[in-house]
Amino acid sequence: MYLDSDRRPPITPQLAFRVAVIGGLALIMFAIIFFRLWYLQILSGDKYLADANNNRVREIKVEAPRGEILDRDGRVLVDNRVGLAVKVRPDEIPPPGPRRNALYERLAKTLRMKPDNVRKSVESQFKAQPFVSATVKQDVQFPAVSYLAEHARDFPGVEPEAVFLREYPHHEIGAHLFGTVGEVTKEQLNDARYRGVALGDRVGQSGVEYSYDRFLRGENGKQRVQVNALGVKTRDLRETESRQGRNLRLGIDLDVQEAGQAALGTSRGAFVVMNAQTGEVVALGSSPSFDPNIFAKVIRPRDYKRLSAEENGKPLFDRAIQGGYPTGSTFKLITSVAALEGGLITPDTPLFDGGSLTVGGVTFNNAGGVAHGSLALRSALTVSSDVFFYRLGLAAENRGNGLLIQDWAHRLGLGRLTGIDLPAEGQGLVPSPAWRNALYKKKLTDRPWSVGDNINLAVGQGDLSVTPLQLAVAYAAVANGGYVVRPHLGQRIEDADGRVLQEFETPSRRKVDIDPAYRQAIMDGLYGAANLPGGTSTEVFSGFKIPVAGKTGTAEKGLGRADQSWYAAITYPDDPQYVVVATDEAGGFGAERAAPMVRQIIAALYDAKDDGPSTVSRVPD
Amino acid sequence: MAAAQSAFGTAVKGFREESAARIVRIDVLLLVAAIGLMACSIYTLGTATEDDIAGSPYYYVLRQSIYGGVGIALMLFTARFDYSRLRELKLGLYGVTLASIGLVFLLGAAARGSRRWIELPFFRFQPSELGKLLLILALSAFVIDRIRRLHDRETTSRVMLLALIPAIMVVAQPDLGSGLVYLAIVITILFVAGTPWTHFAALGGIAAAAVAVVLVAAPAVGVTVLKDYQVDRLTAFINPSDNPQEEGYQLEQSITAIGAGQKTGRGAEEATQTRLDFLPEHHTDFVFAVVGEEFGFAGAAIVLSLFALLIWRALRIMTMSKNLYGSLLAGGICAMLMFQVFVNVGMTIGIMPITGVPLPLMSYGGSSVLVTFLAVGLLQSIHVQARETAAAKGREMII
Repeated sequence: MYLDSDRRPPITPQLAFRVAVIGGLALIMFAIIFFRLWYLQILSGDKYLADANNNRVREIKVEAPRGEILDRDGRVLVDNRVGLAVKVRPDEIPPPGPRRNALYERLAKTLRMKPDNVRKSVESQFKAQPFVSATVKQDVQFPAVSYLAEHARDFPGVEPEAVFLREYPHHEIGAHLFGTVGEVTKEQLNDARYRGVALGDRVGQSGVEYSYDRFLRGENGKQRVQVNALGVKTRDLRETESRQGRNLRLGIDLDVQEAGQAALGTSRGAFVVMNAQTGEVVALGSSPSFDPNIFAKVIRPRDYKRLSAEENGKPLFDRAIQGGYPTGSTFKLITSVAALEGGLITPDTPLFDGGSLTVGGVTFNNAGGVAHGSLALRSALTVSSDVFFYRLGLAAENRGNGLLIQDWAHRLGLGRLTGIDLPAEGQGLVPSPAWRNALYKKKLTDRPWSVGDNINLAVGQGDLSVTPLQLAVAYAAVANGGYVVRPHLGQRIEDADGRVLQEFETPSRRKVDIDPAYRQAIMDGLYGAANLPGGTSTEVFSGFKIPVAGKTGTAEKGLGRADQSWYAAITYPDDPQYVVVATDEAGGFGAERAAPMVRQIIAALYDAKDDGPSTVSRVPD
Repeated sequence: MAAAQSAFGTAVKGFREESAARIVRIDVLLLVAAIGLMACSIYTLGTATEDDIAGSPYYYVLRQSIYGGVGIALMLFTARFDYSRLRELKLGLYGVTLASIGLVFLLGAAARGSRRWIELPFFRFQPSELGKLLLILALSAFVIDRIRRLHDRETTSRVMLLALIPAIMVVAQPDLGSGLVYLAIVITILFVAGTPWTHFAALGGIAAAAVAVVLVAAPAVGVTVLKDYQVDRLTAFINPSDNPQEEGYQLEQSITAIGAGQKTGRGAEEATQTRLDFLPEHHTDFVFAVVGEEFGFAGAAIVLSLFALLIWRALRIMTMSKNLYGSLLAGGICAMLMFQVFVNVGMTIGIMPITGVPLPLMSYGGSSVLVTFLAVGLLQSIHVQARETAAAKGREMII
């Protein structure tokens, strides 16, 4: 026993020690594991539980339909329809390479698109937003969607999604007002006005869709589903319902809007119908118009090009608020206010109109070459004497800083934004010595400012650039006694049942002090122009039941181009109700084209039966 | 009483009595720990793998139960034998170890690819698992042969070499985990036998140098010892979120599963990490994470307590063995269990690298279950022998 090395007393001290060392190791090991488990499960358990739930829960956005846009009588101008969009998920599409390209080819064939377009569009969307599904095509017809569903195996990562698309039941009518809806951009996400909007959401990008996006935009809902590690849905969890956006009621009257569009027909021009006291816009249109339904889905570049082309009259261009033009004689309203308030004349100061005025070797003629003789402001407006206003232009140039007309034009809202609730409004231009001389210094024009410029300005010719809406604001200011209104389309916000949630109040921007006597003289002149013998538009409004005061305008475009026809009217001049402005870029004399258009629009505005003027009037102004 | 009878009984009757007595002399707590762990394994697998194979919710449970049943039978059978006889078979055992591991290479080469198992009619036999036990038996025997020259460096290096050959072979399979288990086993056997501390210090230095060569120097000169994924696995645990690939993902999911279990677990139905497959390998390497998620800290504590019981009994058996061979065997087995438990559990909780070591008696897998039960059987055998010797001594003294 002693000699056998394997036979030994039960335990030696060395063995006992080494076993103890191993036991100690085991103890340390278990202690480490226990402390680590304690840390993970007891101290940080909540965090890991949340992680685990994050793992399994996917939130699918349930898009909220946008609110409807209604006219003043509650008629639907813009509503929603459900369309099917085909999207591809970035996590399920095959990796870049032949398999992905083959998928693009199959998709293109099914959706009748060019494979290259599919690839470019999808790849650029993935580049911009790597984790968001990319839209291949919006508003896909049902047979194509069902084909994709039946052949899901050939289309990995492709899925149809119901989307709400905007629908415009009245097509061309009011197209420029509504604007478009599109996916929010990265820059917009950083903007406070898009708080609560997530990547991939669609928001108003132009028109009232943009201005009232906050109300029209609904709240997207969330469908929470449980998925496994492969991302396959295993069951539905709680759903948060989406809330449709609020309805927006506009001051627009669909009938008047239609009448305006009909009056313009295929001409290039615009019309404005605005409440002279409040600035509420009843109709605002531009021609040629377009069918906004093509913007409901992603517009094809070809269509966009067509709608922006000059030869097609740039249908996307909103002439009513973006088109800046010289306004011809309609500007005499502003010159009148300036001359009276600036003390150049009194309402009864007679000036001689000999048919022309020569200043510094340049002769300025009356339109039509007639001589009106000696006349005061009222008559000068009624017959639209150019020489009378040439003299005022000349006098203004030589008075004070020479900016009398410019300053009053500015006060009445020209050369500055009207503040209408539409984005992308044009500012226009009231020419001044400083402006022209600056251009001249930069060699962008051939000559510096001269007195002739001011003479031209006095009758609304030359470099003057005014939008139809600006002109309407200026006429409204004179009509209502000096209040420069803020034109506005939005009337109120309603819920789906028509209950009013918020009424917009749009106070005037400022009050311009105009002597009531002066104002009355101008109003008399405008009334005469539409009603008295010799008035430039008396012929056009003969037999018309609605009392109207108004001014014709004919802007010369030069270089053999047709004149632009203008008319600005005030209904019920004794207690002014509406201002109506119409223009046709190539309509000739104001009385020839614009004035009859205004008559047609006012008839619709007052629901008056009217057959229009008996003859075509060619009275120059 | 039984012992007294056997002294006078007939041969046949004596044998029966004797074997009955041996069963009585087994370590009951060790038995409880092993069977308890097996029960935990079957229960956990039952809840975790219900949806894993469509149409057969009991696929893994059924097989694991069979392995467990067979394993328990093997354990009880082994307990009746005197392990000391195996000492003489050391060359044969060592040869079988190398041959079976080598066979995997041949079959693997034939199947054009790496594998770790041999396909048998009923299950996949994994020689590297059985190798753990065979190596313990063979190495302990070699150490005892040279017990008087334990202080010679030659002894230590020879034994180390004997262990390194199969270790390198399994690492090349590639089965890094088993290779590391072999190393833990040989170190522990040498340690228990009484190899001087200086030798271990030298071994430690060599190991550190080897790690540096394998992980840093060799790749730098273009020699790949470990495959890329093995390096990834070894280093992923240091910062899992830096490593969004497979290894980091597994680790994060495992930690999330365990953490989400909190105090008492989410229950089998709500354990989404496991049930929805976020937790990979939840029936094998990551079974402990399932326990953590489904049964929480409480469940994990129960399983760990059973392991602690198992290891405590192994340590105790080490001290009471009738001979040094038994102590070394118990030491080797103890090392095998401890190392696997620590590395596997440590892996699931993010404090050890991912090495593909199964959790003894918990992870699904026939080879591992059977080999672990065989090992527990050996421990029982050592226990029975020790008790018997003590009883015999007692008798001598009485007589």
